[in-house]
Amino acid sequence: MPKILMKGNEAIAEAALRAGATNYFCYPITPQTEVAEYLARRMPEVGGVFLQAESEVAVGNILFGAAATGKRVFTSSSSPGISLMQEAISYIAGAQLPCVIVNIMRGGPGLGGILPAQSDYFQAVKGGGHGDYRLLVLAPSSIQEAVDLTMLSFYLADKYRNPVMVIGDGMIGQMMEPVEFPENYKEPPLPPKDWACTGAKDREPHIIKSLFLDPIALEENSLILHRKYEQMKTEEVRCELYKTSPKNKILIVSYGTMARICQTAIDELEAEGISVGLFRPISLFPYPEKELYTEVVRKNIEKVLVIEMSIGQMVEDVERIVKGARPIQFFGRTGGVVPSPEEAKEQIKLLLKKETIAKPRKKKKA
Amino acid sequence: MEDTKTIFTRPTALKETVTHYCPGCTHGVIHRLVAEVLDELDLRERTLGVAPVGCSVFAYNYINTDFLEAPHGRAPALATGFKRLRPDMIVFTYQGDGDLASIGMGEIVHSANRGEKFTVIFVNNGIYGMTGGQMAPTTLEGQVTTTSPRGRNVADVGMPIRVCELLASLATPAYLERVAVHTPQNIIRAKRAVRKAFTCQVENRCFSLVEFLSTCPTNWGLTPAESKKWVEERTMKYFPLGCYKDPDKEVKG
Repeated sequence: MPKILMKGNEAIAEAALRAGATNYFCYPITPQTEVAEYLARRMPEVGGVFLQAESEVAVGNILFGAAATGKRVFTSSSSPGISLMQEAISYIAGAQLPCVIVNIMRGGPGLGGILPAQSDYFQAVKGGGHGDYRLLVLAPSSIQEAVDLTMLSFYLADKYRNPVMVIGDGMIGQMMEPVEFPENYKEPPLPPKDWACTGAKDREPHIIKSLFLDPIALEENSLILHRKYEQMKTEEVRCELYKTSPKNKILIVSYGTMARICQTAIDELEAEGISVGLFRPISLFPYPEKELYTEVVRKNIEKVLVIEMSIGQMVEDVERIVKGARPIQFFGRTGGVVPSPEEAKEQIKLLLKKETIAKPRKKKKA
Repeated sequence: MEDTKTIFTRPTALKETVTHYCPGCTHGVIHRLVAEVLDELDLRERTLGVAPVGCSVFAYNYINTDFLEAPHGRAPALATGFKRLRPDMIVFTYQGDGDLASIGMGEIVHSANRGEKFTVIFVNNGIYGMTGGQMAPTTLEGQVTTTSPRGRNVADVGMPIRVCELLASLATPAYLERVAVHTPQNIIRAKRAVRKAFTCQVENRCFSLVEFLSTCPTNWGLTPAESKKWVEERTMKYFPLGCYKDPDKEVKG
């Protein structure tokens, strides 16, 4: 299939449709509204269901009801809208239903702004709603990867009977790039959806719920979820290394659009004779913990530089994983400010200056 | 006993079990009416119920169909999502007045206005039962609850919301009726309404809702007999019984 030039939001919409989600529920919000506009035109062509609801609170719960049919279901929104969906997401995770949610992040908190940001990392990765649950979170850094991960996310949602979130910033939603959709898209086999509500004919009723008043039963439900998350940690870790080399002194950790910008910085530094590598997590939950640690403790690595379009969120996971094995430096811009390759280069060069490297300051005794 | 014949049995749409409802509560009667209608119209095997948050969250323990358990007030949103993808199935929500008329007001109004093709069984007892008797948007003026200990002060919190009248202002819903179940005669009328609501859905008409004036002796602080009297003398005065939207009249008119 030839490559076509597409806007990220539209490419994500088409990818979802091609992965078998012939229904979509939405509420408009910038910078992801093109998903809705595209599918409002496209769904009738494939005999699918398109519905604009009254709020993201309703959309999340419409998604919940739709997921109970066993069909592939999805929605998309941006940060404030995703906050409103947290109620439903918690219930969907508790009731073990599959669904896909796309978050095209904008700056926050509150109404924030409409420009690209990565400040919903905590909300996505640490469980934005109440209770012991996790989302499987995938972060594309190009439009092609947004297509590939969106399609994959439906398979993963079905495999684990758990919500999957594709998280991109406004840049991923708004940027145009050439993309290719797979011809004859195939997936590994999945178990039958024998849990779906299809009418209690010749069987006992199916009851999809998250209420367990007996604490032992509720704990057991949480443990069932926990075991799925442990399985994800062994089977669904995804990451990419860029120009890592044994002679590098600095390892950059960055994801999504920010990782793309870091790649440009790395290429430009290479032309200046400076070698720096990038570690890019693709799955934010499960986080590629072992893979990151392996890269960080390489002989010559002296410092780790985490760069985010936030005031510092993923950096806490990096600190947790590195466990003090190397000093960690953070650089971030937020509120819709996207760091330029020049800013990234400046940070790297600052770190490379000997006096800024290592040697933690001694604390004076009081 | 050859001349003996069975004239009254448990509907197949009702499970054979003891309910957790308090003595004098009418959830049991309403469950049975829904079950009888599902049997009579032969819908049970292709029906999905959506349970609310409140005393009737356990409706799925009694009504013998597939069920979803919704977040508080969101049953109409779940029903929307399910029915849109499975228009061949019969979908009903079962909701109390706190669930439907307070936290879920947005979802019910917009589902009704979109003309979603499901049926709502709305049980209005004017109080939050499960959490122990707090004021609801339907609590009557002056009625004492744990959060209106001096009686509902309408100067402070407004008048009780009349859901049928409110939804009747929308052009799309097909059928809205308020019924009571405190006397046998009213139960017979209520059953007719439930049957009509589900028939509307079978005929693919837009949105049907039956509001039941129900009781909560435990949290009203009344005996079951006094509660029935309360419905007759107090509740029905403010919430008049009757049909607020009739699909057949609409066709004629």
